[in-house]
Amino acid sequence: MVDKNSNINDKLVIAGRTFHSRLLIGTGKYADFKETRSAIDASESEIVTVAIRRINLGQKLNEPSLLDFLPPKKFTYLPNTAGCYSSEEAIRTLRLARELLDGHNLVKLEVLGDSNTLYPNVVETINAAKILIADGFDVMVYTSDDPIVAKQLEDIGCCAIMPLASLIGSGMGILNPWNLQIIIENSNVPVIVDAGVGTASDATIAMELGCDGVLMNTAVALAKDPILMASAMKKAIESGREAFIAGRMTKKPYMASPSSPVEDLIK
Amino acid sequence: MKMYINGSIKEFNGIKITATELIIQLNLNGKRFAIEKNGEIISKNFLDGVYFNEGDKIEIIGAVGGG
Repeated sequence: MVDKNSNINDKLVIAGRTFHSRLLIGTGKYADFKETRSAIDASESEIVTVAIRRINLGQKLNEPSLLDFLPPKKFTYLPNTAGCYSSEEAIRTLRLARELLDGHNLVKLEVLGDSNTLYPNVVETINAAKILIADGFDVMVYTSDDPIVAKQLEDIGCCAIMPLASLIGSGMGILNPWNLQIIIENSNVPVIVDAGVGTASDATIAMELGCDGVLMNTAVALAKDPILMASAMKKAIESGREAFIAGRMTKKPYMASPSSPVEDLIK
Repeated sequence: MKMYINGSIKEFNGIKITATELIIQLNLNGKRFAIEKNGEIISKNFLDGVYFNEGDKIEIIGAVGGG
């Protein structure tokens, strides 16, 4: 009988921080902050990404903020550099984020290369990562699914490698499991699929490949029922992780093998 | 005195203003933000000691939903 608690010590550790959930979730694109919080609660995620933007100094000043709905003491914030197209912009953004969040230094670095595909500019990403790490940041880095680049990012000290599954917000799922597998096998730091997950099975496949976690936003926020999808994603991540640990059977192409006894058939 | 705050020109009386006074005038007191003067971050702990002058470029940022 399977001990349901057998994986109780299976934790995600990023830069010395321990997490129970392997689902990291974004806070954009929800109908309102209440829905954001409800979805995140349903996902049981502990790490939430946020963007850094100019404060609106107009009439909206007294409206509740994201931080009111997601207290930084309860969740681990992961400020991102979405919208940054140069290492300078990304570094500036994350230094401001660190000041905003009272010295919190765990960040998501992404430097984009193209506004249509939102594909990462890996050269600028590597440059920014080096400077941020030297400045004391723990850098979780969004990157392409290039295994060489992933290894370089690990070698310069990134605390998690976050290759795309497919384009940000596309929901196209995992397009290149082979590259992800190479990245996972070569990596000594957590590998977290970031971007492109569309539905629960995509998340499960990522975890079955051996990913340490999955970061998603649009797949939950733009589902017809984001809260139900958040719950589905939680189960998908857990299911995929358990299947990975359990170890799948070897594939035997074109070799059928009956599960029932072949003897004593009724004749 | 004119300054650029988050990309918009704002006018203030006098020839200088402390960061603390600016925050009060903008009704940001008690809110969570980070502030930058001409590209340099100003620590929350030192707002009293920093003055803004004519033409300064100020960025005031917060956290919003994002992925």
